[in-house]
Amino acid sequence: MNLDLTADQRAIRDEAGRFLDENSSSKDVRRIVDAGGGTDEALWRTVARDLGWCAMSIPEECGGLGLDMTEMSLLMEVCGAHLACMPLWSTACLAAPLLVETGNERARETLLPAIAGGEISATVAWPALAHAEQLIAISVTARPEGEGYRLEGEVAMVADLPGADLILVPARLPDGTVALFALDRTLPLKITVLKTLDATRPLGALSLTDLAVPAEGRVDENGIGASAAERALAFGILGLAAEQLGAARAVMDLTLAYIGERVQFGRTIASFQAIKHRCAKLEVDFAEARSLVYGAAAGFSDWSGEEANAEVAAARVLASELLFRAAEESIQLHGGVGFTWEYDPHLYFKRAQASNALLGAPEGHLDAIADAIIGRGAEA
Amino acid sequence: MSEAEGIKALRTEAAQWLAEHLTGKYAPLRHRGGSGDGDAFPELRKEWERELASGRWTCPGWPPEHGGRGLSIAEQVAFQEEYGLAGGPGRMGHIGEGLVGPTLIAFGTDDQKSRFLPGILNGTEFWCQGYSEPSAGSDLGNIKTRARLDPATGDWLVTGQKVWTSLAHLSDWIFVLARCEEGSVGRNGLIFLLIKIDQPGVEIRPIRQIGGGAEFNEVFFADARAHARDVVGQPGDGWRIAMALLGFERGISTLGQQMSFAQELDLIIEIAKENGTALRPAIRHRIARAWIGLRAMRYLAMRVLSTDPDGDVQREGLSYKYHWSNWHRDLGKLAMDVLGPEANIISDDWRRERLQQLFLFSRADTIYGGTNEIQLNILAEQGLGMPREPRGTSK
Repeated sequence: MNLDLTADQRAIRDEAGRFLDENSSSKDVRRIVDAGGGTDEALWRTVARDLGWCAMSIPEECGGLGLDMTEMSLLMEVCGAHLACMPLWSTACLAAPLLVETGNERARETLLPAIAGGEISATVAWPALAHAEQLIAISVTARPEGEGYRLEGEVAMVADLPGADLILVPARLPDGTVALFALDRTLPLKITVLKTLDATRPLGALSLTDLAVPAEGRVDENGIGASAAERALAFGILGLAAEQLGAARAVMDLTLAYIGERVQFGRTIASFQAIKHRCAKLEVDFAEARSLVYGAAAGFSDWSGEEANAEVAAARVLASELLFRAAEESIQLHGGVGFTWEYDPHLYFKRAQASNALLGAPEGHLDAIADAIIGRGAEA
Repeated sequence: MSEAEGIKALRTEAAQWLAEHLTGKYAPLRHRGGSGDGDAFPELRKEWERELASGRWTCPGWPPEHGGRGLSIAEQVAFQEEYGLAGGPGRMGHIGEGLVGPTLIAFGTDDQKSRFLPGILNGTEFWCQGYSEPSAGSDLGNIKTRARLDPATGDWLVTGQKVWTSLAHLSDWIFVLARCEEGSVGRNGLIFLLIKIDQPGVEIRPIRQIGGGAEFNEVFFADARAHARDVVGQPGDGWRIAMALLGFERGISTLGQQMSFAQELDLIIEIAKENGTALRPAIRHRIARAWIGLRAMRYLAMRVLSTDPDGDVQREGLSYKYHWSNWHRDLGKLAMDVLGPEANIISDDWRRERLQQLFLFSRADTIYGGTNEIQLNILAEQGLGMPREPRGTSK
């Protein structure tokens, strides 16, 4: 396995970074945050339609570019660094992979090309649990009726739901199969916009009450199998880890810049060893997390089931913990201004806590890793 | 043949050779002689070096004109991994192969190359490293050992003391960093000398360490003689040579070290399953974390060893020593907690013995080769560009 980034990959990363430097600065993010959260529509349009970021990992036969997980991870890293307020993660890392893994003809010929072309944003109404239990936890039910289905159930927290054009809902059929439904905004969905501490990623609650969905609303080929769900979710989990990694780097750099200028006792506070060592320890954590994210991304195309899944979970554990530590250290090392609204650390701190809990907190991932390498608790 | 096919063929060749040779009288050496176990089976391990040499597996990364195979970094990594997987013993020839050889190839005279490289290559001459002194540990520039020119012969007469010298008692030669300019301080005025150990002016005293064994030594010099032709580089240029030597290692052998770490973790999991601690959620999480740390270590090493590391990777590489050493130390504690009260009982159960040694000796990991505190200084100053620590004024 070669973990060197290719020249093309570096170019993707660097160009994306330059674009977001200009179009998703702290000022841009604060405009969204001060308005109570939401999507930066202009940014999203450019990213999705003109820059084609959603197409990155969608297969070529579905209108995408067919690139590997590494390219998508690099984009997510850059997005995380900028706290970019747009539904790239939910669209490209949650919804698209699930359609790729389980989708039928309509999914492949209509929905995926629409995502790749930046025409629609999308999300998935997964239950908010650790990935291994995701299918078991599905509470939305689908009852066949005539040619179509009736959907019933609630999903408490769905990322980017308020603005999503397409909402993918895994739902259990009476025979136990989990089917995938593609709902658009013409249907009478009840969507409650949730007020969130982290205003950089909108969340919504989805409520389906005896919702009639026509036959073509079902877009899976043969149900969502456990391994397909696992692989699709792993894409989302790894994408999120990459995003957290980028956010961590940015908040660490923010801290380094501040302590390099703040003078006390006649010297910059960056010159104190107590502070240097804390920053250095974060660098160690960063190097570990980034190596694992890149390693897991490079191995993603040769998916090998449980081992690969454990590696993705591992990347997520390190990235979650890294981002939180980087953000809390940022507040601490900024001193008094660290807990003001005016300085940026709180934006990262809130993002850190919110993303920590998306698709399973570290404890659940540690359980999954332990199961994979030791064996299930009961059998051990 | 593509690079990947070449590596695969090399792996097959190495695995097969090791399976055929690391057997019979060499079988007891499997998994032995690693860090903390360095004084196990010394004579047999020296023989093993000659066995390796017969298969051309010593110095495989050296260029062919000096007797190596000229393997690429990726190929050397592959060999290290196969060696680790096969349970290959800790290498008595490591210092010669990984440090002295490359240094002489880069800076040595033709005479030095012709006299020293063959002994390293053939597994007949063994080397140790004379850097640290009682007052020059983390502060290596504070070296006090003196080298005085003998005008009659042009030789250098060395007086002083080195310490923490691994395997000095089993070595033939020592390379020494000494002060050759009277009144010089810090990195200036140093000389890099090659000194034969078997001579009247050199005395070696073993240091018994935390695990009971003695692979470290104190080395005392009292007018020990280094011949004029055994100066590497110019007198006064010692610091540059000494630092270049440290740079040659590049951590390729750490990939082999990781194989041994993985075996330790497997052993801990095996025992945890047997004694039921594997059912305890806290232990399960700690095992999971150990696995995560090892994976991260592997990918970090692979990135650092890449052929064209970008600036980010170079910076992240500075984390490597801190990461692996602290990971290993934590693993030692995990091993003891999995063993429970039995961890305190000495017995001839080889598994328990190995884990007890791991627990004790891994305390050294965060001290030698740059302590944790020095590693963090390096990361902060070189990696992050933060201000340097102030220097004291006293000598």
